[in-house]
Amino acid sequence: MDTTGINSLRNGPDEEGRFGIYGGRFVAETLMPLVLDLEREYRAAKVDPEYLSELKSLNTHYTGRPSPLYFAERLTQHLGGAKVWFKREELNHTGSHKINNCLGQILLAKRMGKTRVIAETGAGQHGVATATVCAKFDLPCVVFMGATDVERQMPNVLRMKMLGAEVRPVTAGAGTLKDAMNEALRDWVTNVDSTYYLIGTAAGPHPYPEMVRDFQSIIGIELKEQFQAAEGKLPDAVVACVGGGSNAIGTFHAFLDDPSVKIYGAEAGGHGIDVENGHAASMTGGRAGVLHGNRTYLLQDNAGQILEGHSISAGLDYPGVGPEHSFLHDSKRVTYAPITDTEALEAFQLCTRLEGIIPALESAHGLAQLMKIAPTMGKDQSIVLCLSGRGDKDVESVGKYLGLL
Amino acid sequence: MSRIDKRFAECKAAGRPALVTYVMAGDPDLATSQAIMECLPQAGSDIIEFGMPFSDPMADGVAIQLGGQRALAGGMTLRGVLGMVEDFRRKDETTPIVLMGYYNPIYIFGVDKFIAAALDAGVDGLIVVDLPPEEDDELCIPALKAGLNFIRLTTPTTDDKRLPAVLKNTSGFVYYVSMNGVTGAVIKSRGAVGEAVERIKTHTDLPVAVGFGIKTAEDAAEIGKHADGIVVGTVLVDAVAKTLVDGKATEKTVAAVRDLVADLASGVKRARG
Repeated sequence: MDTTGINSLRNGPDEEGRFGIYGGRFVAETLMPLVLDLEREYRAAKVDPEYLSELKSLNTHYTGRPSPLYFAERLTQHLGGAKVWFKREELNHTGSHKINNCLGQILLAKRMGKTRVIAETGAGQHGVATATVCAKFDLPCVVFMGATDVERQMPNVLRMKMLGAEVRPVTAGAGTLKDAMNEALRDWVTNVDSTYYLIGTAAGPHPYPEMVRDFQSIIGIELKEQFQAAEGKLPDAVVACVGGGSNAIGTFHAFLDDPSVKIYGAEAGGHGIDVENGHAASMTGGRAGVLHGNRTYLLQDNAGQILEGHSISAGLDYPGVGPEHSFLHDSKRVTYAPITDTEALEAFQLCTRLEGIIPALESAHGLAQLMKIAPTMGKDQSIVLCLSGRGDKDVESVGKYLGLL
Repeated sequence: MSRIDKRFAECKAAGRPALVTYVMAGDPDLATSQAIMECLPQAGSDIIEFGMPFSDPMADGVAIQLGGQRALAGGMTLRGVLGMVEDFRRKDETTPIVLMGYYNPIYIFGVDKFIAAALDAGVDGLIVVDLPPEEDDELCIPALKAGLNFIRLTTPTTDDKRLPAVLKNTSGFVYYVSMNGVTGAVIKSRGAVGEAVERIKTHTDLPVAVGFGIKTAEDAAEIGKHADGIVVGTVLVDAVAKTLVDGKATEKTVAAVRDLVADLASGVKRARG
C-alpha cells in the first residue's frame, strides 16, 4: 500500500474493518474464527514476495493485463464535450474485471489449505471467473445464483457448467443476488472447515471489502499510468457502475486523494428512484443498516426488513453496496447517481453502434452517466469509464427488450 | 437474579435440564402466535425464545426462514413482537423470554429505544445471531448495562483460545450450537456435543444450553445428560407449518405445538433419570 497522509481518504478500513461507521464484522460466531483467519492470512500474503509475484504473473499471462486504455473517438464526437476514454476491463480473460479478484483469492484459498470453493453471482460474471480459477487450480466449485438470474443470464450459466462448476439456483425471495448471498452464507456456515467463500464484490464482513478492493485497485493504478502516458496529466473525471461496487472501488481508489479528479458512480435506478422497490440504488434511495456481514446503505422498509429492489442488470440488482462506497458517499468525495433501465439500454445501443463494443448492461449504466456528464465538460477535458464487462451475456435479454426476438 | 438465572437454578434443583422452546413471533398470524406463546409454559417449556422475524435470516434453515416469511406477510414488526411479550407478561410473570433474531431491525428501531422498550415489555434476554463479540459496542454492552441478559452463541469453531472472548460479555446462559450449520440441520455426533459442553463448562459457571438439530424427546434426553438446557425450534416452527391450510392457521395449529412441547418436556425429564 502507498503511504498515505492522515487526511487521506485511502486509509480505511481501520482495525475493526470500519470505513467511518460502515463495514465491520456482523457474522454468526461459527464464521468469526474463519473471518479472523482469513484476515491474518491476507495480511501475510500481501507482503509475501512469492504470493505477489505469482499473482502478477497470472495477471499478465492468464488475464492479459494491463487492460488497454482506449480513446472512444466516435462517442466523443457524438457527445460533443470531453474526450471519452474506456478502461477496457471487458477484454480481460473471462470478459470482466471479476477475474482480478478471483485470482487473488484463489491463491489465498490454496495457502489456507481449503479444498472447496463457493461463490455467489448475480450476472454470472463473478460466477464464471470463479469457475475459471477453480478449473485452473483444480478445486471443486459451487456457485449460488438466484433463479431469476439463472434465467436472464443463461450464457453465463452454461459457461460455469462447462468449466466444471455446480450452479445452484436459489428460489428464495426474488431469486436475485441477495438471495444467492444468503444461501452462500448458509453453505459456508455448514462447511466452514473445508470451504473458502470467494466473495465477488467489495462487500461482506471485514476483510473482504478491503481485500477485494486491493485486488481490483489495479484498474485505477494502471489507468493513472496509462492516462499519464497518453495525455501527460490526470483525467478530469472517472466513472464506474456500482452494484456491490468492486469495479468502481478498483477504479476510484487510486484517485481518491487527487482532488482535481471528479469521481462518479452509477447506481441502478431501475424503473426510477421514485418507484417503490423498483430500483436498486441503495445510496440514493436507501439508508444505513446491517446485512451480509457489514453496515452499509441498504434498501429496506421502515421496520428494517430488506427490500428486493429491481434492475434490468442482474449484476447491479442488489439492495446493498460495499461499505467503502457508503463512506465515500457520506464524505461526498464520490457523486453517486441513479441510472434507469431505459437510460442503460440506450447507452448499451449507442456504444455498440458507435464504437463496435457491446458493453455489459452493468457497464452501460456507467456509460449512461458518462453521457450526461461529458457534454457539460470542455473539449480539452477527459472522462474515463471503467468498461467493466462485455455484453455477450446480455444480448438475448436486450434483444427481448428491443423486440428483436 | 434475573428470571433466566432463577429458572436455571430451579431446573438444576429439580435435577433436569431446562427446556427452551423457540417459536416465531407472528407465525402464522398474531392471534395464533399469541396463543402458541401462552400455551408453552403449561406444556412444559421453561424458557421461551421468541423469534423476531427478518427478511434475510442467514443462519437459519428453511423451516425458520419460512416461519419468518409467514410472520412478515402477516404484518409482524419488531414493535409487534414487543407488544406480544407485553401481553404475555400480564398473564405470566415468571417464564423468561429471550428475543432471538438479527441485528438490522433492532438497529433501525434504534438501539437505546429498543432496549428500553424490551425492558418495559418484560423481555429478559437477547440473542442476536450476527453480533459476535467483535461488535459488542453495538448492542451487547448497552443491553447488559440496562439489565438485559445477552446470550451468546458458541460453536464448534469457537476454540479454547477464543472462548474467553466470547464468554466475557455473555450472561443468562451460553447457547452452544451443536454443529456447523444452520438451524434444523442434523447433529452428526452427539458424543462430540457432550464433550464440547464439558469443555465450555471449564471456562464458565453459566448454564450451557444446546441447540440446533434437536428434534425429538430422545434427542432431548440424550443431549440433556450433559447440558443445562435444550433448545428446540425448527420442529416447532415446522409443526405450525404442517397444520396450515392455504397458509392460514387451523384449530390444530396451537395443539400441534403444545403436544410436541409436552413430548419434549418428557424427554428432558428423563435426561438424568
